[in-house]
Amino acid sequence: MSATTFGWLILLFPLVGTIVIALGFRLLPGVAAGWLATLAIALAFGAAIGALISLLGHSETHRELTSSLWNYDVSVGVDAKLSILVDPLSIFMALIVSGVSTLIHIYSIAYMQSDRGYNRYFAYLNYFVFSMLLLVMAGNFVLLIVGWAFVGAASYLLISFWYRRTTATSAGIKAFVINVFGDVGLVLGTFFIYRHTGTVDFLKTFAAAPHVFHHNSTDLVAGCLLLLVGAFAKSAQVPLHTWLPDAMEGPTPVSALIHAATMVTAGVYLIARMHPLFEIATTAADVGAIVGCLTLIVAATIAIVQTDIKRVIAYSTMSQIGYMIMGVSIGAYSAGLFHLMTHAFFKALLFMAAGSLISAMGGEQSLDRMRGFRRAMPFTFACFVIGGLALSGLPPFSGWLSKDDIIGYLNNRGGGFEILGIFGYLGALLTGIYTFRMIFRAFFGEPCEEARELEQGHLVHHDIPTNPQTGEAEDTDVGFPGPAHHIAERDWAMKFPMAILALLAIIGGVLQIPGVDDSITRFLAPTFAGSRLYHLEPSTGTDWIGLIVGALIAVIGISTAYRIWIVKPGTSAALQARLGALHTFLYNKWYFDELIDLAVVRPAQWLGRFTGSVLERGVVGGAITGGTVGVVRAASATVRRAQTGFLRYYAAVVIVGLSAMALYFLISAS
Amino acid sequence: MAIGWYLTVSALIFCIGAVGVVTRPNPLVILLCLELMLNAGNLALVAFSRMWGGEDGQVFALIVLVVAACEVTVGLGMIVAIYRRQLPINVDELDELHG
Repeated sequence: MSATTFGWLILLFPLVGTIVIALGFRLLPGVAAGWLATLAIALAFGAAIGALISLLGHSETHRELTSSLWNYDVSVGVDAKLSILVDPLSIFMALIVSGVSTLIHIYSIAYMQSDRGYNRYFAYLNYFVFSMLLLVMAGNFVLLIVGWAFVGAASYLLISFWYRRTTATSAGIKAFVINVFGDVGLVLGTFFIYRHTGTVDFLKTFAAAPHVFHHNSTDLVAGCLLLLVGAFAKSAQVPLHTWLPDAMEGPTPVSALIHAATMVTAGVYLIARMHPLFEIATTAADVGAIVGCLTLIVAATIAIVQTDIKRVIAYSTMSQIGYMIMGVSIGAYSAGLFHLMTHAFFKALLFMAAGSLISAMGGEQSLDRMRGFRRAMPFTFACFVIGGLALSGLPPFSGWLSKDDIIGYLNNRGGGFEILGIFGYLGALLTGIYTFRMIFRAFFGEPCEEARELEQGHLVHHDIPTNPQTGEAEDTDVGFPGPAHHIAERDWAMKFPMAILALLAIIGGVLQIPGVDDSITRFLAPTFAGSRLYHLEPSTGTDWIGLIVGALIAVIGISTAYRIWIVKPGTSAALQARLGALHTFLYNKWYFDELIDLAVVRPAQWLGRFTGSVLERGVVGGAITGGTVGVVRAASATVRRAQTGFLRYYAAVVIVGLSAMALYFLISAS
Repeated sequence: MAIGWYLTVSALIFCIGAVGVVTRPNPLVILLCLELMLNAGNLALVAFSRMWGGEDGQVFALIVLVVAACEVTVGLGMIVAIYRRQLPINVDELDELHG
């Protein structure tokens, strides 16, 4: 089969899975939906591997293939087709998305077992994978926007999955609104570009761009900045990031899949895909790099003080995506995408381990209450440490190679980008601290009650589960924290994907060791063949110096965390007392929520109230509707008197009227 | 005989019927008066048909008879329905449709 046939199959399997599960949700017994969904995604992964093999069979210059099924519209010159682009970049993304999704589907089979919405969950999850694959396989802007909006919808559905939780529904709405804001940016940006190139097809746009746009032309910069708005909203970059921490209200596998491994990296993919445009609009690319750098610092500082374990990982995700956005914006495409891949592995692993931990705590997510799970959950502990080490960037874990690849490129590029590189190292230091803060607090120290019970073999069970955020009782009809909890130590379906991801988090880096194989750079080269910046890779020697510096920084970060939370356990409280104002500032997440509330939400609410009370009641209700009603009412009051209800009166009126007419015609005829 | 006499009789019957419809409160009597009016029309139609020597008027008269039969069926049905609901058989008291 050709590569494009495989490309269509990648999309087909998850779509069929969604439809079958969604329509048959009443008929599917037990965990059948879970296995069906897993099968659909595994087949998509198989198709992605098929596409990869088929693509490698082509010569390097012929690895960009398009295929279209039919035209949406050619009537006004828009060449919108249902077309896919199969090239190294899209296949790279499809492999990551479908591969990690398969593992997370397996994990979910056990994790969601006691949830009443089991089938609904898997229908949503398959729908998400379909949307994400559509996003990465799309061959033109129109289909990209469709996939972009679909993943936003899937994310909304899954964040508010436990829809009786008020916190979950409001988090879903928040995520959806911010994502739609990004969608608007993407659509407008597309229009700016389309207006000049006259085509929405990717390859044609990229071919036309150097001819119709000069360097930093205003329209292209505006278009690229609008594309960046879309990328920032989807990838949770400052200031459109506030939805991601709240999105942790969704089930933990969802956090692992959508809000860590795949969907939030769509912005990175978008910038990498649009690289021919960003290389012309260098101002926009610089904005992307600076915002990415800002996000990585902001998110890392917030992660240090948060107490909700999932939120810490969420902020860490933001921070790591900041690295990726920074990387692809400055031209370190292969490094950014390499980090995207390794991050998908170790962050999904961290979330899965956190999910197991949260189950062991009976739904409680606060680090303040977790303590000493090391002996009670050895497997989860091992996975968490592996993920943490990879995240902190310690050799030989995958994160070490990928993160320093980006920073090395920054330092090599010169022209002021070294400053971003220094911030990158600072972020790496903070990463080590917050990651091991989580590990030391949750797994070390005197075991808490739940951990001691678990060591005796009893998994904690709440008769009346409550929402840790608000304290209100949970409605177990819509699931978790449902009647039964599942931990990795007891369910092989949770253990198996975690083990695979742990292995990948350790060895995933071998794909790109500087001076040894560089296989990702070579594999992606056909996509970035026209790029000016792609071959500005630092020399192998510089790379290794960077790697050593990175490793040292990771060690410093981890040992700092060790000193603060293990050697002298009172240090963190003392620091908090000394730097109270800073702690409050970071704990309140730099007051971004309050800022947005003040700048956007309140004015919007005020406008809503104004139009509701003045415009609606006064103008629409009073003048327009009220006036019309008044006229009709007055007129009908006059005419109504003729309707007496007496039959004989009507008959008399008819006779008199007809006689009068007859008389009139007789007189006028004579 | 001149057609004038036929038309005079027809007009007379029509007026009797019309006055009956307007003045009598009993729906049965109103129906009877309506029949009178229709047949006054028929008489005129037949007379004119005779005058012109064509058959059109007679055909029309037959059609009017059919329509009248239908109308009586509906009208009597309504009167029976009114009676069954124990409502007064008096059109003056059935005035719910007043404005």
